[in-house]
Amino acid sequence: MTPGGTPGAPGVVVVTGVGRYLGAHVAARLAADPRIERVIGIDPPGSGAELTELLDRVERIQVDLGSLGGLLADLDVDAVVHLALVSAPDPQHGGRAAMKEQNVIGTMQLLAACQRASRLRKLVIRSSTAAYGASFRDPAVFTEETEPREVPRGGFGRDILDIEGYVRGFRRRRTDVTATVLRFAPFIGSTADTTLTRYFSQPLVPTVFGRDPRLQFLHFDDALEVLHRSIVEDHPGTYNVAGPGVLSLSQAIRRAGRVAVPVLEPGLSGAAALARTLGFGRIGLDQVDLFVHGRVVDTSRLEREYAFTPRSTATAFDDFIRAHHGGAVVTREQLAAAERLVLDGIRQVRSTVRERS
Amino acid sequence: MTGPAGRRDAEGRYDVPLTVAEPGADPARANGHRPAAAADEPDPAVTDEPVAAGSAHPAATEEPAGGAHAGREPAPPGPAVPDRPGDHWDRKVAAGLAFLRRRLSGDYEVDEFGFDPQLTEAVFHPVLRLLYRDWFRTEVTGIEHVPAEGAGLVVGNHSGAVALDALILSAALHDQHPAHRFLRLLGADLVFRMPVVSELARKSGGTVACNPDAERLLGGGELVGVFPEGFKGVGKLYSERYKLQRFGRGGFVSAALRTGTPIVPVAIVGGEEIYPMLADIKPLARLLKLPYFPVTPTFPWLGPLGMVPLPSKWLIEFCPPIPTAHLTDSADDPLVVFNLADQVRETIQQTLHKLLERRPDPFGP
Repeated sequence: MTPGGTPGAPGVVVVTGVGRYLGAHVAARLAADPRIERVIGIDPPGSGAELTELLDRVERIQVDLGSLGGLLADLDVDAVVHLALVSAPDPQHGGRAAMKEQNVIGTMQLLAACQRASRLRKLVIRSSTAAYGASFRDPAVFTEETEPREVPRGGFGRDILDIEGYVRGFRRRRTDVTATVLRFAPFIGSTADTTLTRYFSQPLVPTVFGRDPRLQFLHFDDALEVLHRSIVEDHPGTYNVAGPGVLSLSQAIRRAGRVAVPVLEPGLSGAAALARTLGFGRIGLDQVDLFVHGRVVDTSRLEREYAFTPRSTATAFDDFIRAHHGGAVVTREQLAAAERLVLDGIRQVRSTVRERS
Repeated sequence: MTGPAGRRDAEGRYDVPLTVAEPGADPARANGHRPAAAADEPDPAVTDEPVAAGSAHPAATEEPAGGAHAGREPAPPGPAVPDRPGDHWDRKVAAGLAFLRRRLSGDYEVDEFGFDPQLTEAVFHPVLRLLYRDWFRTEVTGIEHVPAEGAGLVVGNHSGAVALDALILSAALHDQHPAHRFLRLLGADLVFRMPVVSELARKSGGTVACNPDAERLLGGGELVGVFPEGFKGVGKLYSERYKLQRFGRGGFVSAALRTGTPIVPVAIVGGEEIYPMLADIKPLARLLKLPYFPVTPTFPWLGPLGMVPLPSKWLIEFCPPIPTAHLTDSADDPLVVFNLADQVRETIQQTLHKLLERRPDPFGP
């Protein structure tokens, strides 16, 4: 509980979802920590090999979460980090049905296996700030105690609520396990590739007409840091993990030098649905709700318990802009030049008018 | 009286961010000399000459970059030096352009509630200022009862079909208060349901009327404005004018009690006459999912013209604050909460009667 305290790091750590960007980076980082003896990465059979160079010190087991069974108990696992969540349906891999299978059923099966693992002391679950849902009556800032007022329309939000429900049940049954639930804000960073980073990389960015949601981002490196600390330190409970501060969507688009294209809300929902059925674009109802309501969380509990403050939302976004500068439509330099040009023009006109008179 | 002075003050303040080099750094610094000059100008206004020179220089340094005619023309900066009014306009244009550039490049701060102080001071308040000062001839008394620093809960009566009184109150308070405090308004969730309106409400410092938000704002030392009558107040008929409606569940009192914030009752006279509501078409309201549908002498007969508020005379009086710091433990005691809500309600009602006596003619000077 004490910030920064390390009451013995776990010996054997299992990381799920190592076939994906976040999981691979977390596993690699844990493997590089000398306090941890063994890092075992789990991903479903047949997953891509693009991140293998990161995982040379990680033992990989290709197995479905469903056939995990007694594996965790046999491996004498001390800690489990569950990261294998899908945030948007991927039409090439089964769409929404596969997404729900992976998120909800996968988590259930993992928790069932965890319950049988007698040596298990620590469980870290990736969640999302989508757990707060989206409603017009929502408070402006969510603390960890805020209950969602409406069940989210988007699939990911609903999955997250289910997952957190199962974790609550697991906590009741295994009181000896330190369970940490991390509600992450959307990731952003120089290298991360997420739905949001793709969204902000377009030259013309669709927004919802008449809405300017407040957004928060989390720098990818800070997400790694928090996950790492959750494993080597003891932090039971639920934590909001986000960069302090707020950017409004219009402000973020302007900072990125993109052009906002306001779309009427029903139109955007329809367009999102159309894009989904046609098989391109991964903007779902989750994103539309986020762009109508915005989402800001209070991170004071994280800062207090972890003694760690993620870099601010604005700084994290700046890092992203620097990496994606090429696609900017309107740059600051151009704006400054235009300003100078207009000002000089006005000055010249006025001086000539004055000379004549 | 405080008008021009207040305005200059305001300008002085939103010039401050100009000098603070944002992390965006380079491009801002590339033409940084102009914003810096603009920011300096309000101060040396006492000593005229250096100012003129200061604002002339940037023009001179840019001219060479401008092109060939730079050599034969020391003229453009020339006239600016002797001619004072020209200089003033030059400054205004430069400040306006710099503001536009900062807005377009996203170079401003928004707080966690979505409040954009820069936009509020530069765009919303000037519009409201015209309305409350010149159209409604608002007189504000008792402004000394509003705390100069730290949290405060301003509780007012609501009126006038659309909640214009809340906006007028916040603009008048900001202008007339010596510390130029922003009033953070709490609005009904209907406000945040509507596109555009919700965006404007958040940018001008408003948020949803709910206890977590109220307590968070008060805990952060903000001045919060609340109208406990809600739609019962704005949607009442003209015949019911200046009769305070029920105060709901007194959630505002428990928010004040939990944070130990003083409650400042405020009585607003004048709001009832701007849209005198003669009838409420309930079926139409239900159809449009609104709490009421007003019929006034001009609306909906004159169409959009009917939305022009009648120029009533406004009086705003802030009453002495009611301290709550000693009651922090009784935030969950319904009796204490109801009694305090009643006390606030009585104070506002009596002050309304007093103000109405001071204003025999609703449309007087």
